[in-house]
Amino acid sequence: MALLEVNNLHLSFGGLQVLHDVSFSVEKGEIYAIIGPNGAGKTSILNCLGGFYHQQKGEIAFAGDDISHISPDRRAASGLARTFQNIALFRGMTVLDNIKLGSHVHLKTGLLGAAFYWGGAHREEMKLRDEIEDEIIDFLEIEHIRKQPVSTLPYGLQKRVELARALAMRPQILLMDEPVAGMNAEETEDMVRFILDIQEERDLTIIIIEHDMRMIMDISDRIMVLNFGRKIAEGSPLEVQRHPEVIRAYLGTKK
Amino acid sequence: MRIGDYKESYAADEAVFVTSTSRFWLGVLFVMLAIFPFMAGEYLLYMANITGIAIVAALGLNILTGAAGQISLGHAAFVGIGAYTAAVLTNRFGLSLIVCLPLAGLVSAFFGVLVGAPSMRMKGLYLCITTLAAQVIFEFFFVHWESLTGGIRGLNIEPPTIFGLDVGSEFGFYWVTLVVVVIAATMSRNIFRTRVGRAFIAIRDRDISAELMGINLFRYKLYAFAVSSFLAGVAGCLWVNHLKSITPEHFPLHESIRYLAMIIVGGLGNILGAIYGAIFMTLIPEVLQTILKFFEGYFPQAMAYLYPLQTVVFGLLIVLFLVFEPHGLAEMWCRVKAYFRLWPFKH
Repeated sequence: MALLEVNNLHLSFGGLQVLHDVSFSVEKGEIYAIIGPNGAGKTSILNCLGGFYHQQKGEIAFAGDDISHISPDRRAASGLARTFQNIALFRGMTVLDNIKLGSHVHLKTGLLGAAFYWGGAHREEMKLRDEIEDEIIDFLEIEHIRKQPVSTLPYGLQKRVELARALAMRPQILLMDEPVAGMNAEETEDMVRFILDIQEERDLTIIIIEHDMRMIMDISDRIMVLNFGRKIAEGSPLEVQRHPEVIRAYLGTKK
Repeated sequence: MRIGDYKESYAADEAVFVTSTSRFWLGVLFVMLAIFPFMAGEYLLYMANITGIAIVAALGLNILTGAAGQISLGHAAFVGIGAYTAAVLTNRFGLSLIVCLPLAGLVSAFFGVLVGAPSMRMKGLYLCITTLAAQVIFEFFFVHWESLTGGIRGLNIEPPTIFGLDVGSEFGFYWVTLVVVVIAATMSRNIFRTRVGRAFIAIRDRDISAELMGINLFRYKLYAFAVSSFLAGVAGCLWVNHLKSITPEHFPLHESIRYLAMIIVGGLGNILGAIYGAIFMTLIPEVLQTILKFFEGYFPQAMAYLYPLQTVVFGLLIVLFLVFEPHGLAEMWCRVKAYFRLWPFKH
């Protein structure tokens, strides 16, 4: 059974039909890409998966459970993590605090425990720090900036911190919205290396939206192409590149 | 000069007072705070006490407004609820100050959660208006629920005692205030070392992505309201035990705005900021008055015109702060420290 199954997703805002009967499924451990021209509805799909938009029709099943109607914070707790197209870090916090925030749902400290900070709360924070340092900060090579406020960092590093925060959520599926948009070649290479390492080492499933076609064709296992809210093709990078509908959507037709 | 970090464990890195130098100065501060009441006169002790009470209230507001980003115009009303609760508990049930402090906080926290409930649906200015409504409603109750609050004449209470010790004098009460301030500041700081404080800041910075991180927005907003009004209630309990009387006039809207000014001048979302701001807002009017008194001997005529200027100068100081130091006194202090860290070198 697929890890994530989306059936007949319909989404509209007033008269604007954003998603029309979109179905797809993602297998455990694969890198699944969603591409399409601007306004095709790619980000809207991620927003539906995250629970931020509510589809009019259709079901979303995650690991066999229907999650169509549960709140965003509970979806996050069940293992869906997300990075954003426009960086959505907490600007007033340091890199370390941003990453720690990703682990929010895995911690237990309540209000009273927090105020007294003895016993449980203290142990939990120390354990969290150890885990984050070992598994995330070392891995993403951001040791040198851990105490800096994120608002002072360059764009490429901010994107990397956002990935770090998503990893701290210990997700089963990572939803990445344009992880390399606006990056130079070197930053893109770094990011691709991290994405591939994450998939291999942590057995994570990744759903990725991106306009950088060379990168998408290199790393994806399967690709879905959207145009005007409809799914027009799905398959391996090679199949998709040769698909006549896709060529028409991207390049137009001869008159 | 500090030239590097020599920490060997993450626990050392997470400590609040990281270096032995900062721990040393903290020790010096406590020694000075302990010596102070023996040197100071009645007036200075009175100032210290009202400053301490303002610090506790400002710490509360800074958690709600500074950290969690929910602007409140009703903070004085929560201080008032704490004060009336303490007065009623003392007069009718004969409870001692030690018991009253947490109880006043809890009652105030209960009302704080009630007022915070609309935050599920509203944010920003709209929520701000609900807290303004709370301020007006609670003030109305203070005036008109005469059987409980004594109406506009207010309530008087006996000088408080702790374990049989009379702490009604300025000198005795100084120790009570000091202990409460230290506990309140420690607890506030602790909250921001855990996931609760991080969630508050996340809600302020970007509530949508906070929710997608798995933070239950409504619950954490209510937590912020609860903590904030708890501290306000504790401050209210101190207030009534210090002055030994209260009337509704002690908790008007402009008192709420004064608390907001404290945290803005001090530094929003910063524990030290709340402390600096409360000290600044309480002491500066007194300092201005002292300066004017000094000149009065030389220019008795001019002073008649200059006295009303106090308020203007005070307002001007706040405006200048916002222009030149928008992050408050706490930020200024950080820069001074950073400068001396490298001193005498420039970079």
